[in-house]
Amino acid sequence: MSRDDLVWIKRNYVNCSGCRRCEIACSLYHEGKIWPEASRVRVFMFVPGVEIPHLCFQCEDYPCVEACPVEALSVKSQTGAVNVDVSKCNACGLCIMACPGNVPHLHPEGNYIVICDLCDGKPKCVKTCKKGKWNALTLIPREKEVSYNALAKTPQELTQEVAKQILGEETAKEVFG
Amino acid sequence: MRGYVGKFLEIDLSNGNIKEKKFPDKVLRDYIGGRGLATKILWDRLGRKWETVDPLGPENILLVLTGPMTGYFPGTKVCVSGKSPQSNGVIGSTVAGEFGVDLKCAGYDGLIIVGKAEKPCYIFICDSQVEIKDASPIWGKKARITIRFLVKKSIEEIKDVRQNYGEVKEPSILYIGPAGENKTRVAAVVAKYAHGAGYGGYGGVMGAKNLKAIVAKGFGPLPDVYDKEKMVNLAQEFCARAFEMERFRRWGTGGGGYYFGAETSSEPIRNWQKEWHDKESYKGEEFDKHWVKKYWGDFGCPTTCLKLAVLKTGRYKGAICDNPDYELEAYLGTNLGIFTPEENINLSYVSNELGLCGIQGGAALGFAAELYERGILTKEDLDGIELEWGNAEAFTALAEKIAFRHGIGDILAEGVYRAALKLGEMKGVDLLKYAVHEKGVAIGAHGVRSGKDFIAENIAYACSVQGGDHTSSASLPLDQGGELSSILADSAIYCVFAAFGLEDMEISNFYKAVTGWKLTEKEWYKEKALRILHLQRAMLLLGGPDVKWKPKLDDDNPPRFWEPLPSGPYKGKTLDRKMFEASRLEYFNAAGWNESGVPKPETLRRLGLGDVEAKLREVGLIR
Repeated sequence: MSRDDLVWIKRNYVNCSGCRRCEIACSLYHEGKIWPEASRVRVFMFVPGVEIPHLCFQCEDYPCVEACPVEALSVKSQTGAVNVDVSKCNACGLCIMACPGNVPHLHPEGNYIVICDLCDGKPKCVKTCKKGKWNALTLIPREKEVSYNALAKTPQELTQEVAKQILGEETAKEVFG
Repeated sequence: MRGYVGKFLEIDLSNGNIKEKKFPDKVLRDYIGGRGLATKILWDRLGRKWETVDPLGPENILLVLTGPMTGYFPGTKVCVSGKSPQSNGVIGSTVAGEFGVDLKCAGYDGLIIVGKAEKPCYIFICDSQVEIKDASPIWGKKARITIRFLVKKSIEEIKDVRQNYGEVKEPSILYIGPAGENKTRVAAVVAKYAHGAGYGGYGGVMGAKNLKAIVAKGFGPLPDVYDKEKMVNLAQEFCARAFEMERFRRWGTGGGGYYFGAETSSEPIRNWQKEWHDKESYKGEEFDKHWVKKYWGDFGCPTTCLKLAVLKTGRYKGAICDNPDYELEAYLGTNLGIFTPEENINLSYVSNELGLCGIQGGAALGFAAELYERGILTKEDLDGIELEWGNAEAFTALAEKIAFRHGIGDILAEGVYRAALKLGEMKGVDLLKYAVHEKGVAIGAHGVRSGKDFIAENIAYACSVQGGDHTSSASLPLDQGGELSSILADSAIYCVFAAFGLEDMEISNFYKAVTGWKLTEKEWYKEKALRILHLQRAMLLLGGPDVKWKPKLDDDNPPRFWEPLPSGPYKGKTLDRKMFEASRLEYFNAAGWNESGVPKPETLRRLGLGDVEAKLREVGLIR
């Protein structure tokens, strides 16, 4: 895979059924277990019915990589995904603060950060979402003109947006604030 | 032991003691989890004095149990149980959502909650941190506010403990509304909006314990399984099949409000006076207009039969509800003479905000409306409410009264059977003929008179150990599907909507891949399931301080089911008494009960239930 055919995981939050089969697929692949908290994609549901599959937005300027004081994070040239060197990571959390979407999180039992690695270009979450015909997560070519950085948002911000969209403004305010 | 964590939590709300509890492999192999294990725990702890235990008293035990298949089988549920304030027996009441997964990931297979808290409280579980917390800010509050409060507060507290973790996901929550707090017998234990463990009335049991909610968050993995590769392959295979059922995925049961009326004549209309309608206004397409999510599911679910309905305009603007699914379309719609989706969605929303079970609460509303129609209940009795069929405003007002036990609501909050007894006494007339229930449990929205519903057996409810529970109906032959199969679904715990078309063998293969334990059809149908069935039957017959069911006499359909259908393509059709009695006797025989429906001593001994025999002798059921 050359830099020209890099992929990006597109999200359509309204399509998310909340089945969390992405969490199952991701954790089975990366951890060998069903482990929702260790999954690199986590479905947030602050409001029932407003499900937000949250995973690395693959910013073009990689603020997380920049912020890492111990060079535990790097960019995989093949996929453009962020690579975590768990032997270097000291779980300081600076990458979380640097991320405009607060995406990275600590491994629930290990002392290191976990970030989506795109499963080396064939993300399991996308595969399972496609099989279920939900297409909340789809794989698209990464485009040079798009600012992925600007798409990166926190689960709270996304919940607010999506809640407004599907529940209406007033109701969204009432159930989420 | 695989598929289980191997650890349960026992929480005593009276003194705040919290301890871990384990069960021997043999118990888990025999009773599995969920409903089966609930039955065993309740029998062991309360069996000797069962008939004296008040389900709404501090002695009752509230159980929230997962099964070994929880989290692995596509589509996750958890089982709520205890002594039922409706039947006085044991009902395994399952509810979908992530709660079971969070509980297992936190390190527990289930919760055994005893005693009664002095003040309103909720239980907070995050891995090894288990606390009983003050619920005074949310006591008296309805669903939305409760969810919002608990999500926000719990996340803050988890963040305090796990600093630097990153964003914290919401915990899973089981809660009650005012209907549960006020110890009505028609209250559900609720997850999300209208995901309810309704049958059994365990919302009232939580209320009686001063327990507003249970919050669980687990950071660990699900326990290891016996054969991961096989489990994953089977799950994918089951999912692939579910993905092909496009019609059910698209509509869920949401097309039922029209279908079960127009096609099968088995939908409750006006307190079951009719079961047929062909109102185009009630077609799935009309509900679809309000579905903002057309495929909605819970953890691992391939079927996503749920939909999320939101009313964005009109007088009910802001109402949110799951679907409503068919049961709510019927019980909070047609059964009240309501045939407009907007009114039905709103009433479902109101019912859930109050924490009412849509079926049990809806049945009480319909029952009251028939009494009003007949002039037995007056406008004065109802504090000025004009309870005409189809008057959605009136039903909304009465639902509030039931949940808060105001005025007439205090009596209706007892459920249709007990309300019929009380009101009948007050009015000096027999009202039981209008109470459509089976052993205190209002019957699911699937009538048996036309014989065209998927529940068509004349003994479906009469012989069920869960009374009117349409998800656990009895059928013949006993050893194929039917209630014994429901016991497996409620004990190993899988959602039947994610298991359409699966053979028993496939389920048992999955169970083996998870647990490593073989479960043959013979073992299940001839021994294990029968043992659970017998414990449930015995406790049902032992009854409670207020009500005891007479075997055989009460193993009957409600009077209304013996009336001929008054309209529709099956007009005039009803059940045949002789055929019913023959089926009932056949069922009794097959189960190893005597002709009166009491388990035979030799059957109990064969199943290793000698203590049940002794108890039934003590109370004179076995002579």
